[in-house]
Amino acid sequence: MSETPKPDELFSNIDYRPPSSGWMDTPVDIKKGIYSYAGNPKSLEYVGLPFARQWNPIDEDWSLPENWKEIISKGFRERLDRFRSIKVFMDICVRCGACADKCHFFIGSGDPKNMPVLRAELLRSVYRNDFTTAGKIIGSIGKNFKKIIGARELDLQVLKEWWYYLFQCTECRRCSVFCPYGIDTAEITIMGRELLNLIGLNIDWIITPVANCYRTGNHLGIQPHAYKDMMDFFSDDIEEITGVKVEPSFNRKGAEILFVTPSGDVFADPGTYTCVGYMMLFHYLQEKYGFDITWSTYASEGGNFGFFTSHEMMKRLNAKMYAEAKRLGVKWIIGGECGHMWRVIHQYMDTMNGPADFLEEPVSPITGTKFENAKSTKMVHIAEFTADLIKHNKLELDTSRNDHLKVTYHDSCNTSRGMGLLEEPRYVIKNVCNNYYEMPVNTIREQTFCCGSGSGLNAGENMELRMQGGLPRANAVKYVHEKHGVNMLSCICAIDRAALSASVEYWVPEVEVTGVHEMVGNALILPGEHKRTTDLRSEPLPGMEDDDAE
Amino acid sequence: MNISYMYSLIAVVVLFLLAYVGVKLPGGEVFFGVIIPYLALIIFVLGFVNRVIDWARSPVPFRIPTTCGQQKSLPWIKSASIDNPSGTGGVIVRMILEVVFLRSLFRNTKCELKAGDKISYEWEKWLWLFSLIFHWSFFIVLFRHLRFFTEPVPACLQLLEKLDGFLQIGLPGLMLSGVALLAAVTFLFLRRILIPQVKYISLGSDYFPLFLIFGIAFTGILMRYFTKVDIVGAKAFTMGLVTLKPHITEGVGSVFYVHLFFVSVLLAYFPFSKLMHLGGIFMSPTRNLANTSRVKRHVNPWNYPVKIHTYEAYEDEFREKMIEAGLPVEKMMEPETPEEPEEKE
Repeated sequence: MSETPKPDELFSNIDYRPPSSGWMDTPVDIKKGIYSYAGNPKSLEYVGLPFARQWNPIDEDWSLPENWKEIISKGFRERLDRFRSIKVFMDICVRCGACADKCHFFIGSGDPKNMPVLRAELLRSVYRNDFTTAGKIIGSIGKNFKKIIGARELDLQVLKEWWYYLFQCTECRRCSVFCPYGIDTAEITIMGRELLNLIGLNIDWIITPVANCYRTGNHLGIQPHAYKDMMDFFSDDIEEITGVKVEPSFNRKGAEILFVTPSGDVFADPGTYTCVGYMMLFHYLQEKYGFDITWSTYASEGGNFGFFTSHEMMKRLNAKMYAEAKRLGVKWIIGGECGHMWRVIHQYMDTMNGPADFLEEPVSPITGTKFENAKSTKMVHIAEFTADLIKHNKLELDTSRNDHLKVTYHDSCNTSRGMGLLEEPRYVIKNVCNNYYEMPVNTIREQTFCCGSGSGLNAGENMELRMQGGLPRANAVKYVHEKHGVNMLSCICAIDRAALSASVEYWVPEVEVTGVHEMVGNALILPGEHKRTTDLRSEPLPGMEDDDAE
Repeated sequence: MNISYMYSLIAVVVLFLLAYVGVKLPGGEVFFGVIIPYLALIIFVLGFVNRVIDWARSPVPFRIPTTCGQQKSLPWIKSASIDNPSGTGGVIVRMILEVVFLRSLFRNTKCELKAGDKISYEWEKWLWLFSLIFHWSFFIVLFRHLRFFTEPVPACLQLLEKLDGFLQIGLPGLMLSGVALLAAVTFLFLRRILIPQVKYISLGSDYFPLFLIFGIAFTGILMRYFTKVDIVGAKAFTMGLVTLKPHITEGVGSVFYVHLFFVSVLLAYFPFSKLMHLGGIFMSPTRNLANTSRVKRHVNPWNYPVKIHTYEAYEDEFREKMIEAGLPVEKMMEPETPEEPEEKE
């Protein structure tokens, strides 16, 4: 692994001046710290992806199949015929450049090929050459003319450039907010990655979670017994902190509701505290109102790294949610805090794996609220569910337990720009803690910045890239930290919890990261609990610093 | 020297000379005045329609609007009915704002690194403003030209001309739209060569239409205010074109033919270029769909069955461990546990 530069060094290295050579004449330079390792062939094989092999991105030879150009060309044609988005987006960009400085990777690196427009041109140039009349006619005059209209042939260098830069996009859609035609680089990256997967090019941090998820039900490859072990461990923690024994149920037939959350919540700090928050909330509701919910080990992943592989792989992994809901005979589904999981559920699931006619339209058993906005997909976001509970005064909360926190909130890319879940989490946060501050307006809500490691880029070997991409978000956190003393960055995404922890540690080390339901759990007064002296992280509560909590 | 704009500039100069000189050759007036304009119009219409049909032939498999505001969820949370439309009405308003006022470009910010590791995002209104001026003035100029294709000239056109020329400078009266168009094209060009990033991404096909439109506006202004084209003759000629009884009018001058030729080239070039954003904006799935994907099922016409890892295969692999951990199972242990999980379609 390469040495990641120090923050001030990384910041002062950012140079927005493009190189003197044109982008088509600047060959790709695959840099350590930026690229991610190639996919493990065993993982590709497990899920039946083609051309599984050992290959190394920095080698000259990528051991490509002989007819790789033909495969890509055919795949491109197929996708043009299947997706109007890609066809229109290939044709109508005017290169106004409004998207250029909207990308967190461009802001943090200055690499011109990280301008969304240029990332798309990497594919468009080949599109023009191969699929447009103008490209074919003008291209036949001569190579120079080709360049003037932005067309070029697909060769190994171009392919490497695709791979390198398509895995420097987190599909966050921020550029698409500013584009006058709504051109969405996420669509282009998704399509480009699909093409790369046709010839066995992927990154391991995506494809191994995909294979894990296919087999064990979750990205981390946690087997059912281990999943239960972890949850038992959390139950012990809760008992220690509150004196209350919480007993979640798993794979239980006949439960009213199925709960699905990203496995990161079960496995990695600080997501685990969010998981503890869910468990406490469900226990509270069960004790008070007879709430009936089950977890599943088979559908133990909310996230969907298939989304970062291909539409087909997304569907294959997502299918487990409805399948499990059907098998268990639940009425509807609640989904935990996760970003791209919710893009998939909100914009794709019903279309891909629906109709979910075996489920019922979601109604909160506690408040009677009908979730009309989820009546077809039958899956409700936990922030929607909890906001509704709080609105109806169904939760007993001691907000002073979060008084040691000065909280800001990071909108996840996918829930803000692929859904519009903006107010629900804010409502929950403001009702469970007393000190809340917004980051600057150009960095939140639909203009939110990516954590810098989304869409499968949360690996270890590409840390420099992640810190570059994480800069705009962290910089806004730093602003509220300095202005208001913010010490806690909240979010509703498991990738965020892992990624922001690293980028905030790097850029603003005084700030920590939390899920929204961790703060809910901290404030929630469980029936029969003893006086709490610590928060869910076993750190002393405000005013309890001197008490020794065993 | 940037070959992208040099070549484009040379192309427009060549086009100018072609028309300027060509029209003086025998048959030149018929060629540049009748054949080329008709041909260009046919190419434009067929090309445009063909492109739109081609786009429409590809389905929209998923409902993927870019949501730029609060979703419609709980009744007590106010939703952004335009930036995150929950119905057709909202989509229509969103599209109107986008097409007529360039709504998304209005959001544009400029990112700058400041001393002391600060990053600022300031509202950048100039691109929006000049793009708006460009499109609107182009539209008004185009609309004004209907006076050459209608007899009598409709009242609304006369009113527009009055508004456009309200400054009442010079004779013939100065039309604001023409000047605005020229100014906006100039801005858009300067921006392309002065902002390093925009220069870096600009292609010949970005400069060419700018030069061409500059040429159109320039020759138009030249004719109106300086060479003082024979308006009656010009109108007789254009009325001939529009009534499909083309005839050459003497004495309209070479600049007129250059102007007409530039317009013809723009029309013929249109369907094969980025100018198709005129049609494409209406078909952009991130803008023209309501955010209703959880309310109403969106159907993908090519949705096909995929291979999934079933619960049965999963339980078969992990049954022993599940039972040991006290997790419920469908089937109790059988003597043999399959090594490889079975998969089904």
